[in-house]
Amino acid sequence: MIHLKIDGIPVEVEKGTTVLAAAKKIGVKIPTLCYLENLLPDGSCRICVVEITANGRSWVDTACTAQCSEGWEVDTMSAKVVDSRRKTLDLLLSEHTISCFRCEANGDCKLQDLCVDYGVEKTSYSVEQKAKPIDDTNKFFTYDPNKCILCHRCVNTCNEIVGCGAIDTMNRGFSSVIGAPFDDTWFTSKCESCGNCVAACPTGALSMKRRKKYRKYQVEKKVLTTCPHCATGCQYYVLVKDGKVVDTEAYNGPSNKGLLCVKGRSGSFDFAQSPERLKYPLIKNKETGEFERATWDEALDLVASKFMELKKKYGSDALAGFACSRSPNEDIYMVQKMVRTCFGTNNTDNCARVCHSASVSGLAMTLGSGAMTNPIEDITQKPDVIMLVGSNPEEAHPVVGMQIRQAVKRGCKLIVVDPRDIGLAKRADIHLKLKPGTNVAFANGMMHVIIEEGLQDDKFIAERTEGYDKIKEIVKEYTPERVAEICHINADDLREAARMYAKADKAPIIYCLGVTEHSTGTEGVMSMSNMALLVGKLGREGCGVNPLRGQNNVQGACDMGAQPGDFPGYQKVANPEVVEKFEKAWGVPLNHTPGTHATDVFPKAITGEVKGLYIYGEDPVVTDPDTTHIIKALENLEFFVIQELFMTETAQYADVILPGASYLEKEGTFTNTERRVQRVRKAIDSPGEARLDTDIIIDLMNRMGYPQKHMTAAEIMDEIASLTPSFGGISHARLDSEEVGGRGLQWPCPTKDHPGTYIMHVGKFTRGLGWFYPAEYVPSAELPDEEYPIILMTGRILYHYTTRAMTGKTPELMEIEGKSFIEMNIVDADKLGIKNGDKVRVSSRRGSIESTARVGTKTSPGESWMPFHFPDGNANWLTNAALDKYARIPEYKVCAVKIEKA
Amino acid sequence: MLEQSYYDKADEIISTYGPNPASLIPIMQDIQAEYRYLPAELLTYVAGKIGVTKAKAYSVATFYENFSFEAKGKYVIKVCDGTACHVKKSMPVLEALYKKLGLSPEKHTTDDMMFTVETVSCLGACGLAPTMMVNEEVHPRMTPEAAEALIDELRGGEKE
Repeated sequence: MIHLKIDGIPVEVEKGTTVLAAAKKIGVKIPTLCYLENLLPDGSCRICVVEITANGRSWVDTACTAQCSEGWEVDTMSAKVVDSRRKTLDLLLSEHTISCFRCEANGDCKLQDLCVDYGVEKTSYSVEQKAKPIDDTNKFFTYDPNKCILCHRCVNTCNEIVGCGAIDTMNRGFSSVIGAPFDDTWFTSKCESCGNCVAACPTGALSMKRRKKYRKYQVEKKVLTTCPHCATGCQYYVLVKDGKVVDTEAYNGPSNKGLLCVKGRSGSFDFAQSPERLKYPLIKNKETGEFERATWDEALDLVASKFMELKKKYGSDALAGFACSRSPNEDIYMVQKMVRTCFGTNNTDNCARVCHSASVSGLAMTLGSGAMTNPIEDITQKPDVIMLVGSNPEEAHPVVGMQIRQAVKRGCKLIVVDPRDIGLAKRADIHLKLKPGTNVAFANGMMHVIIEEGLQDDKFIAERTEGYDKIKEIVKEYTPERVAEICHINADDLREAARMYAKADKAPIIYCLGVTEHSTGTEGVMSMSNMALLVGKLGREGCGVNPLRGQNNVQGACDMGAQPGDFPGYQKVANPEVVEKFEKAWGVPLNHTPGTHATDVFPKAITGEVKGLYIYGEDPVVTDPDTTHIIKALENLEFFVIQELFMTETAQYADVILPGASYLEKEGTFTNTERRVQRVRKAIDSPGEARLDTDIIIDLMNRMGYPQKHMTAAEIMDEIASLTPSFGGISHARLDSEEVGGRGLQWPCPTKDHPGTYIMHVGKFTRGLGWFYPAEYVPSAELPDEEYPIILMTGRILYHYTTRAMTGKTPELMEIEGKSFIEMNIVDADKLGIKNGDKVRVSSRRGSIESTARVGTKTSPGESWMPFHFPDGNANWLTNAALDKYARIPEYKVCAVKIEKA
Repeated sequence: MLEQSYYDKADEIISTYGPNPASLIPIMQDIQAEYRYLPAELLTYVAGKIGVTKAKAYSVATFYENFSFEAKGKYVIKVCDGTACHVKKSMPVLEALYKKLGLSPEKHTTDDMMFTVETVSCLGACGLAPTMMVNEEVHPRMTPEAAEALIDELRGGEKE
């Protein structure tokens, strides 16, 4: 240990500690401009200088770079130090346009603060500053080099923390500016518009364009909440002025570490304040087919009486109700409670059915719990190797993507298993560009190599698993050569990947919809757990099987029992004791038969078995496969109610539309992909007569004859906790407490004094022993043939979320990416005479759409890929509703199409 | 688009130093030595191969005066304008070259890609001031006339 004195205060630090860190330890503040925590010091701004005295001499040095030595006496505010800081500020001002009056950062500028502190009003140098051109091209922010002090915080953030590397310092000396290379602008560069650079800028050089609309002191309140897009669960404040959210500010949450992506920072509040929000209940006039404004009493009376009429006429199971995976746990709990107590059926579900239901059912079967085993920080900071299968986190879970890039920068090896050249494939040590729909063959091939080379964990297999002998027999047939042929990969690459994964001390499998959205999705998921079980990489840090869940609260929607076979907390409908428990708690007899999955409800609506449907916040016309058959099903219903924010494609088919509240208008909780329950807090009021969704449900329940007392979100969470063992210790009061400290609680959290579960399956699996599922490779349901020769995959892009109901309301996001496109291989394109940018017609057995071709090598020959966000050519007119046998998840990732020049 | 031979050459140079970020500067130097400038597409290609961002490669290239994104002439003439050469009248030498070749502080290279004229701060040969370099060769005690004669000589040599 090293001993020194800072401003006369003795401090003991480890060797290698900087003076800045030592001062922080004892609460001595040293000003900084360029310093970024957790990174190597830049040392360029010279503001953090201190005077150091040792061995009879003294000198001035930068506190961020000077490493403490024994016996040093450090003065952080000596006359020399103050003089040096003044001179530095004087020099900085000589190249900084003083335009504080019209600068967005006025009152929120570190340079301004320091100049005030040190009494520097203007520069003493008489150089004339040459105006440098402003880069205003980015849709969300502006770079003004005339205000830039070249501290490089933006560059270091972009390179080292975000891992994008779009910008750097260009030129030298007086002509230095921050920017994109060559003739690129901020917009045409590979900048992802995440704005983390803007948040890092200490002056007004980089500033969000929306800062022009408010001054810092006009912000009435800052409300900490959880992002409503993907399931990373990023934490941020929303800034409210005049009852409107005007901006966001990242919070250092456990999963986002102070980072946000473009959707979270800039696409998470426009939609809530959009003029397109539904403001009044609407009832469809049967004669004209037009929606007409109704009072809440009229609408609720109609909905309640109609559902009860249908129940009487056709029986309980002719009704169904879906909950919304974007809404808080409390809302979802109430929807399934209404369906079970009032409708009298278990026909309740949520959109996990079409994204990660295979993870829920698959991992429940093999491990006992259908959720991510390890937290995000654990699987990005700890591992030696990351194996990423069917997941494009840079676009679908951007803040997880940023943390994986950081891991790779630190030297963590990366195996990418994906049919496309996704961004992370370029940074991967091995990229297995496999044919879509061959995940089971790939996993069996990996296991073949691991067993053949004796790399399996025999002790783990013997002590903690069952079913090994059977899987060992099966994978014998999956030689690397055979797998290479099935998957269209190189056998030696497969061998190398197997060795890399098996030999690593810590290696998580991270996967996503590329594994689940297949007719063999559940088996694909179980193949992931098979691999992890084989090498004992479960139940410990830096390992596990980790599905990146899709929506902000899709984990919660499953946890809350919006599933036909599960009550909250995965308590089984098939277990009579469980049903009895809920009958007692809710005070009414309940249906003992597991219900119908959402993907089976639509076919049943066509056949007339389902007559009444209640949808809370889903848009299956856009999101479900085979649009034609969804529309047919909706048209065939006798009564269809939707509770929504917007007039969606699906809402057009409803008989009654009930306007609900967005996440900014309510209290509640979201459960992120790592099982972390985090708070959602009210910041603004709902427009018009739109109401809290839980209030709407409670009113309906009472009108349908169930005496449901009014409850706040906090009271609903208390009821959830009382009935759900894994949520037993969770309450709003505890989540808001100092004990939890803004880190949320990860279930299982059975009691009030339980800290939550960081890593699952430590020492013992939830189901007891981990089970090797005997998975055999089965080809996709629809394979290419002569008429439809190309495989179509679907997916998501960085700038939009699912139906675009939310992100589409942010005009800047639409300007960046606003139209349908299809990625295809250049070999196929050449054969078909299609060039990059051409209009093309894409057809499958189910439908035909127009789109724009993006020709390249991102997909392999014979394969193509489309996002499903855009109404002008939605891929779901084409996709196949072939369902997985366990989870009933549709095969979005593989269908056969033909592409022609339009 | 550059011809394939450029990329092959870059691959050859990359293999000499190894495909890692620390090799950026020596690779750029060799490419510049080969083509007398850094073709933009090639720098982007190299950046991708050795694992640095395009922005970083560009940042390094624009930091050092020696790297150029513009194609230079066959003969790169560097007129020294360091203190010693300046007082020994290097400017008239530069002016004579500009006039003879139709160049200026803005236009450095002749249209026929034969000559590029630049100034440098010191060649470290102050005892021979005013000096200039033509490619790797130092020419001492220059005068405007000698400079003009040298151009004719170099042109003449080409014609033969």
